[in-house]
Amino acid sequence: MTYRIDQADVAHIAKLARLSLSDDEIDSYQNSLSRILEVIDVMNSEDLSGFAPMDHPLETVNLLREDLVVPGLDRAEVLEAAPSAEDNYFRVPRILGSS
Amino acid sequence: MNDEILDWGIRELQRRLESAEVSAVEVLEAYQEQIAIQEPEVDAFLSLDLEAARRRASYQDERRARGERLGRLAGVPVVLKDNLCTINFPTTAASKILDGWVPPYNATVVDRLDEEDAIVLGKTNLDEFAMGSSTENSAFKITRNPHDLDRVPGGSSGGSAAAVASRMALAGLGSDTGGSIRQPAALTGIVGLKPTYGRVSRYGLLAFASSLDQIGPLAASVEDTALVAECIMGHDPRDATSLQEAPPQLLGSLSQGVQGIRIGVVTNLIEAANPEVQAGVEAAIQALARAGAIVEEVALKELAYGLAAYYVVAPAEASSNLARYDGVRYGLREPGVTVEEMMIATRTKGFGPEVKRRIMLGTYALSAGYYDAFYVTAQRVRTFVREAFARAYVSFDLLIAPTSPTTAFRIGERSNDPVEMYRSDVCTIPSNLSGDPAISVPAGVDADGLPIGVQLLGPALSEQVLFRAAFVIEEGLH
Repeated sequence: MTYRIDQADVAHIAKLARLSLSDDEIDSYQNSLSRILEVIDVMNSEDLSGFAPMDHPLETVNLLREDLVVPGLDRAEVLEAAPSAEDNYFRVPRILGSS
Repeated sequence: MNDEILDWGIRELQRRLESAEVSAVEVLEAYQEQIAIQEPEVDAFLSLDLEAARRRASYQDERRARGERLGRLAGVPVVLKDNLCTINFPTTAASKILDGWVPPYNATVVDRLDEEDAIVLGKTNLDEFAMGSSTENSAFKITRNPHDLDRVPGGSSGGSAAAVASRMALAGLGSDTGGSIRQPAALTGIVGLKPTYGRVSRYGLLAFASSLDQIGPLAASVEDTALVAECIMGHDPRDATSLQEAPPQLLGSLSQGVQGIRIGVVTNLIEAANPEVQAGVEAAIQALARAGAIVEEVALKELAYGLAAYYVVAPAEASSNLARYDGVRYGLREPGVTVEEMMIATRTKGFGPEVKRRIMLGTYALSAGYYDAFYVTAQRVRTFVREAFARAYVSFDLLIAPTSPTTAFRIGERSNDPVEMYRSDVCTIPSNLSGDPAISVPAGVDADGLPIGVQLLGPALSEQVLFRAAFVIEEGLH
């Protein structure tokens, strides 16, 4: 299977990734992403159905800890670093409805 | 005197501090002078606070004078890759999206260095969010290779590597997702370790690809690298993927040699390298053989699939990890009428071109209809690679290969061709996919005087024997 990617694909991916691209950028990313997908296509030259997908580099077990209350980050300090905050909340532009 | 101070390794420095032959402030001053000379040319730092470092050194001298016992890194000037969170320095990941952000907490490794009384000089340059192999993808500056200022120091931990190689610091921390500690170590002629996945806590490391990322040390010698590695390894309850195994004792066994150790020469990775790099690796192999290692060739053709799998797994995880940079809680915010417009404007302005490329590649690989074809297949390749390693480790204790197929390339030489840049990591990526440790050790220079790196690879948790072999190479090639 060879993957092809056209300009509409690039525009769609950018939208999903919350990025805005100029026409030139769409063109350039179409080129570079297509080349990278050719490299990735090497994976398909081998029958890998006998290999389970690896979900962790090492054999691990779940770790449990005591359910204790410990101090977290200081709220004021965290809000201080926010672009906009109000009354202990992060403030953002409107999410629903029109103005 | 100052030049002499710069020659001391960590343990030598400790002895001289303990015997009051030199003070921590004097050591700091020597490094300060070196930074004044080197930094304008090398451009390794994104932030530097020598006043704070001096205060800390002075306080250490007072504590020592009172008879207090100091940590294992007392007086040691260190640098941190700028994707490690620090309360005392801004943390940018070399991205405009975090420009000026000061984290409200330290990465666990930063706390551990602090507990051992290391003196942090500053934060070092990297490819934006560690995505790159040359440090050219930084939003702020290009770091230069101290061996040739027209060439890259490698990447993405190029700032830490260049700082150590130009003797502006004794040791540095980096992060390695596909070779980002080992490759810059190789290209700048120093030692760099990617520990076993989980050996070092990732808490406070700005995540790139969480199943591949691992923090590790860079230093001028195998011994210094081992000492810093010992200081940062060990379980951390704040990183659920950190291993519970007790951290290995590396320094104590460093000089035990490699008599009878079986080492596999990975022929297909050696063939990927240019002839001068091959000659450097051959010299390292001879040094190991002279010390009594049993050396045989082995071909691991499966590793050829690593690059492809890496460029699915790493961007896929990155696209998910970097979704958090949305202009809401920290970092850059660009105006927008709706929250979505604000997020799009923020991400579009804040991320550089390579980061956008990888986010889009990952978004594509994870999007509806493609998940199985890309991500699941890539995860199967990881098992395929890991089983190939496992078979090799039945016959061998360690493997040896080049770290990078070439020595340092020129600034701009590969920056317009992402695929060519990605190929820089073909020898280092397999260890990230399998989660195993690997170390890069200097192995001479090429005809232009550029450093060559040789890479030792081992099975999970084999750091002790890796360091023994690395030490043999270092001794044998001097």
